Order: sequence, then structure tokens, then C-alpha cells
Amino acid sequence: MLAHAELDRLSLAHVDCDAFYASVEKRDNPALRDRPVIIGGGKRGVVSTACYIARIHGVRSAMPMFKALEACPEAVVVKPDMEKYSRVGRQVRSMMEALTPMVEPLSIDEAFLDLAGTEKLHGAPAALVLARFARQVEEEVGITVSVGLSYCKFLAKVASDLDKPRGFSVIGQEEAVSFLQKQPVTLIWGVGKAFAATLGKDGIRTIGQLQTMERNELMRRYGTMGDRLYHLSRGMDERGVKPRSEAKSVSSETTFNTDLSRMEDLVPVLRALSERVSARLKEADIAGRTVVLKLKTAEFRLRTRNRQLGDPTRLADRIFHTGLELLKREVDGTRFRLLGIGVSDLTDAGRADPQDLVDGLSHKRALAEGAIDSLREKFGKQAVETGYTFGRSKVARPQRDGDD
Amino acid sequence: MRVILERSTLLKSLNHVHRVVERRNTIPILSNVLLSADGASLQLKATDLDLEVTEAAGATIEQAGATTVPAHLLYDIVRKLPDGAEVMLKTDEDGNAMSVMAGRSSFRLQCLPQSDFPELSAGNFSHIFRLDSADLKALIEKTQFAISTEETRYYLNGIFLHTIESEGSLKLRSVATDGHRLARAEMEAPAGSEGMPGIIIPRKTVGELQKLVDAPDVAVTVELSDTKIRFTIGSVILTSKLIDGTFPDYQRVIPTGNDKQLVIDRQTFASAVDRVSTISSERGRAVKLTIAEGQVTLTVNNPDSGSATEELAADYESDPIEIGFNARYLLDVAAQLSGGNARFLLADAGSPTLVQDEGDESTLYVLMPMRV
Repeated sequence: MLAHAELDRLSLAHVDCDAFYASVEKRDNPALRDRPVIIGGGKRGVVSTACYIARIHGVRSAMPMFKALEACPEAVVVKPDMEKYSRVGRQVRSMMEALTPMVEPLSIDEAFLDLAGTEKLHGAPAALVLARFARQVEEEVGITVSVGLSYCKFLAKVASDLDKPRGFSVIGQEEAVSFLQKQPVTLIWGVGKAFAATLGKDGIRTIGQLQTMERNELMRRYGTMGDRLYHLSRGMDERGVKPRSEAKSVSSETTFNTDLSRMEDLVPVLRALSERVSARLKEADIAGRTVVLKLKTAEFRLRTRNRQLGDPTRLADRIFHTGLELLKREVDGTRFRLLGIGVSDLTDAGRADPQDLVDGLSHKRALAEGAIDSLREKFGKQAVETGYTFGRSKVARPQRDGDD
Repeated sequence: MRVILERSTLLKSLNHVHRVVERRNTIPILSNVLLSADGASLQLKATDLDLEVTEAAGATIEQAGATTVPAHLLYDIVRKLPDGAEVMLKTDEDGNAMSVMAGRSSFRLQCLPQSDFPELSAGNFSHIFRLDSADLKALIEKTQFAISTEETRYYLNGIFLHTIESEGSLKLRSVATDGHRLARAEMEAPAGSEGMPGIIIPRKTVGELQKLVDAPDVAVTVELSDTKIRFTIGSVILTSKLIDGTFPDYQRVIPTGNDKQLVIDRQTFASAVDRVSTISSERGRAVKLTIAEGQVTLTVNNPDSGSATEELAADYESDPIEIGFNARYLLDVAAQLSGGNARFLLADAGSPTLVQDEGDESTLYVLMPMRV
């Protein structure tokens, strides 16, 4: 398969699913396999993922849908099913976690893995383990991944992109500097359009140019970013793989197809989202003590409001009612494009929702919720609903891509 | 304004009023203390718009007048002046600054006009009665710890003070609860309190009041309406808004049919709870009480660090029972009880438990058990 002088010594990998959403849709609908597929849409349509066939026609993510369809009129547009993608993403992640506990997810479909010290366990060097992993994902999940293997995070991520899709690239310590020399500065993590323009004004376009500059000079010009330029341009990256630290909060949010401003439109969404948060808390056997409401206005202004509870909770009822109190104060005719609810201050569920001396009603509601949960477990999620969401089942699902 | 007074007098008064002033204020005047010199005393007043404290300090008034200066700043200055110093407060001609002079020290503080200082309009009080400071202190201290801090249930963020007919006489009762525990104290209702509305005194007011009633044998005058309360304690007057809400029907919560009685030496019990709870890393972990004839075994299990048990002799004759409580709540209650023996009345592991001093029914505590 691969030959590389340092192959046995490299253990830091970046794994990235190829055209993730599109691949999942193609997997589930073979009729799409050989056709250009674009995931995206809704009324605010932008492309969220384009399959490789569509990419050949020039379709790129974040492109407005009408432009994408100009470039590729025969494309099939599929609305994103975020719930499905996160399920598949979790499946892939658990396969990664079977290889090493040192997995640092970056998003739903990509992660860093550090396989150092697992050679004995797997009876094989990291490179081989990763190759097997890629094949396993293809066979068991039905999508493809690209792997980048290197000695540091920066180059592992760069490597996974080199040979996409279904790629496996290695960048060793030896060739790091010469490899980087020819690359554009935008390859460096943190150098986006704006910063690249700043660098361009100073005549810096390639990483090779940065390699010839002194650290002091770079820092004087670009501050802390200069320090990063100095190190990364020379392939020096000390950041280690940090396995996903324990979640600090659990939340769920959605962007609306059309901006909403009325309580009666927002409340069902809040209820549905509260139930999602609650379900995840119950599944993980954790609870949170602070309820956080998040709103984004039509003008993209973010409003977050939080409230601490007396006790940690994992009940949809408490999350919803606390969120409702917070929401009432914000609804003043302002049009919102996004609503989210979550809990932070997480603890284990043991002390959540104790019986209350003076509030007998909350106990009854907790019992009712327990009954709803067991009904849903038996007969599915639609088996029973509260009046808040009844007949508006769609609101529970994210309405746009990018939600989780 | 030109005033001369003793540093200790000024400090004592500032100490009473400056605490009311919030450290951070969006309205600048609320950071200030109002000083007004008239007759033979200097009046100090501070407010946070919900609570107002005024105090009169004996002073030599050379020139009457009034101004406002930053409260915490003035307090810190006076605090650092040498003991026994004589302090002069003097405003500039134009009233934009006030000098604080003592010995060779001299400070100039920027003033805000006294006309901007907000007045907490007291309105008319419907009831007035007198209490001994020790009685008021007891009503507060025995219940204060159970006040809730939960914002969602703002009506629990204070002490519920009301009168009630009980055992043939009218009682003045204080009650506080956070949903996990409830504390109730009472005394014979003083003359004038009959027919007063049930009121909820906010936590901050309770805290200030507690510091003011520390001196024993001082008569406290209480005036109240259904929106405001005023306490006059010596030269200090504290006026506060009340929490606008309905306190829940706490009577319903106090168990009456608990038949399992446990009597235990209060001190021994408190020390034992304190010892075994050392093992629990976080506050609020449960202590399990395994109660059988003649003894109680306290157990704390912390999956991360280990476990602890302690056995205590106790007076108990009912069926054995296992019940868990938040360790801190047990300690809080044990600290408030004053008798030698504490009496627990239990029903089962999931029902509220009643705790009292053995032989004193007037003060009682209700604890909600925890799952163990």
C-alpha cells in the first residue's frame, strides 16, 4: 500500500469523512450513486455538502443554491437530515474510540486520533491500523474516509486533504519543511481570506516565504498570529490530541425557514428542543443546573439568557418551563431566525430533580414525563406528545443544515 | 456642610449603611452615601432602591448642609484612619467635592448632588409593633439558612413573617424554605401585630437586619404594610420593600403523622455527621442513616474516594429504617437547634422528616430525604 521512511513512527492522524452528508444520502439511496448530489436547501438555500461528481461541475459548499444549480443543473438536491448524519457520525466515532481513547472530534465527521502506544494492543503500527479502520468504515458504515498521518495535528489535517476522497496520505518530519515551502499561506490553520489579504499586502504568499522570516519579525508584525505563522510554517506544532473533554453543556438549536417572532410559533419549537435536550441528558445519565436560552435575531444578533435552578434537572418539563420564562421576556416583536435551549453546569443524574417540599406539581409532572418516556421507548417517539408540539411534529427536527 | 465627629462614631454608622450599597451599580448615585448635617447629628443614608438604611451619628455641626459621596470609598478611608482620630467632613463652596480630614491626612472626594439621591417612599404603614431584639434575632436566625436562592421561585427568596392562631394564642411566625428543607420559628405575637398581612422579607434585608440586631436588649420597632417594612433599631432605620408574591401553604408540608421517633444527642450527632461527610468531595452529598433499635449508623459513600461510617447510640424503638439526607442540611439544622437532644420524627425513606429540639415544639425543621 504505502511506503514511507517514517511510517512506523508516525501516530497522529486526522480522519475526515468524504463529502459526508452526500455520501450518507448516496448510501441510503443507490439511485443517487452516479448522479451529482447537493445537500442543502430550505428557503435560505446554500450548499452544505456537494458530492464529488457535483464538485467536478464547480459546486462548492456555502455556495448559494441558485448558483450551484446554474453550474450543475442536473444535480439532485437533497434536504439535510441532520439527525441521520449525527447518528452516522456517532457510529464512526465509536469505531475510532475502539482504536484509542485519544480521539478528539472536530465536528460531526472529522477527528484527530493519536495512536501512540497502541502498537502492542493492535499488533500493528498506526498506519496499518488506520488503513484497516478506513476499510472497516467502508464495509460497515458504507461511506468513505480520508486519512492523514503525520507527527503533528497541523500536518495530519493537511495530509488528510491531499488525496481526497478515499485518501491516505503521510507527511513525515523529514519532508515537512520542503513540502510546506511550496504551499500557499492559506494552508495554515487560522489564515483565512482576510488574513491572507493582509499577508498578501506584505508580499507574503507562500509558506516558504514565512520560513525565511524571523520569529520576532513575524510577531512584531502580526502579534500572536505571527508566532503561529513562525511555528506552523516550519512544521512545528506542539498541540496534542485532547480527547473530548467531558461535555460542559447539552443543547439543541434550530434555525427557522422563515423568521419567527410570535410566542405561539416559538413555543412549540422550544418544547421540541427541550425534549431533545432532555432525551440526551437521560441517555447520558447526566443533568444540568443552568438553563440557557439562545436566540438569534433576523439581524444576526445573538441573545443568550440563562437561569440557575435550585437543583440539576434532566426533565424536558423543567427545561421547557424555565426556557419559557426566559423566552417571554425576549418576545417583543423582534424577528428571530434561531432558537436554542440547553443546560450547563452538568452533574451526574443522581441528584437531579429531587422531590420538592412545596411544589407538589413538579413531582406529578416528573412522573408524567416518566410515563411519556416509557411509552415512547415502547411505541416510538410519535406515540405520545404534549399539546405544545402536537400537530407540529416537524418543528422537532432541525429546519436547516448546520443544526445539531 | 462642615461637620466634626469621632472616627469611631462615623465608622460604626458607615459600617451599618455601606453594606447596602452594591459594589457594582449602573446608576452612579446608588454607589453613594447621602450625608446630611443638621442640628446635632450627621445623617447617613444608603439605598439599593429595594432597601434603605439611615443612621444618625452624633456630631458637631459647624455648618449644616448635605451631599453624597462614594460609600465604599468613604468607608475604606475612615476604616484606615487611626483610632481615636477626629474627622472633619467639609464640602467645597461649589459642592462638587468633599474633603475628609483627620490629623495630617486629607482626602478629597467627588460629590453628586443630594437632590439626585433616591427616596424610598415608605407610604403608610398599617401595623406597628415592638419586639425585643433578641426575639427578632431568634425569628431570623432560626429560619434564615433555609431561604432559597433560586430565581425562578422568587417568592421563596425571603422569610415569610405572619401571625397565626396556634395552641390558644396568637403567634408571630417566621418560615423559610428552599424546597429541600423548611424552617419555622415562632413567638407570642406582640401587641399591634394582630391582623398584619403575611409578608415576605427579602434575603438581603434579612441579612442586614441580622447584623443590626446583634446588640441584646434593644427594643425594635416594626412598622409594616403589605409592600414595605421598616425596622427602627436605636439610631438605625432600615426600610425595605417586600417580595411581591405568595408564599406557599407551608402547613401542608409539615408532616403530622410521622410515627417513628429518634432521639439523639445533638452535639454528638452533629460531630459525627461532620466527620463522615469529610469523605464526600462535593457539598450536598447524602449521608445515609441506618436506624435500628438503640442505634444509628451514619454512612457516606463516595465512589471516587471511599466510604465512612460511624455508629451512634440513640433512643429508637420503632421498625428499622434506612434514610438519606443531605449532609449539609443535617448540619445546618443541628446548628440551629439549641437543646441537648434532637428529636427526629420519620415516616419512611421518601417522606419529609420532622426535626425539633426535644421538648420544644415551637421551632421545627422539615427535611426532604435524598435517594441513597
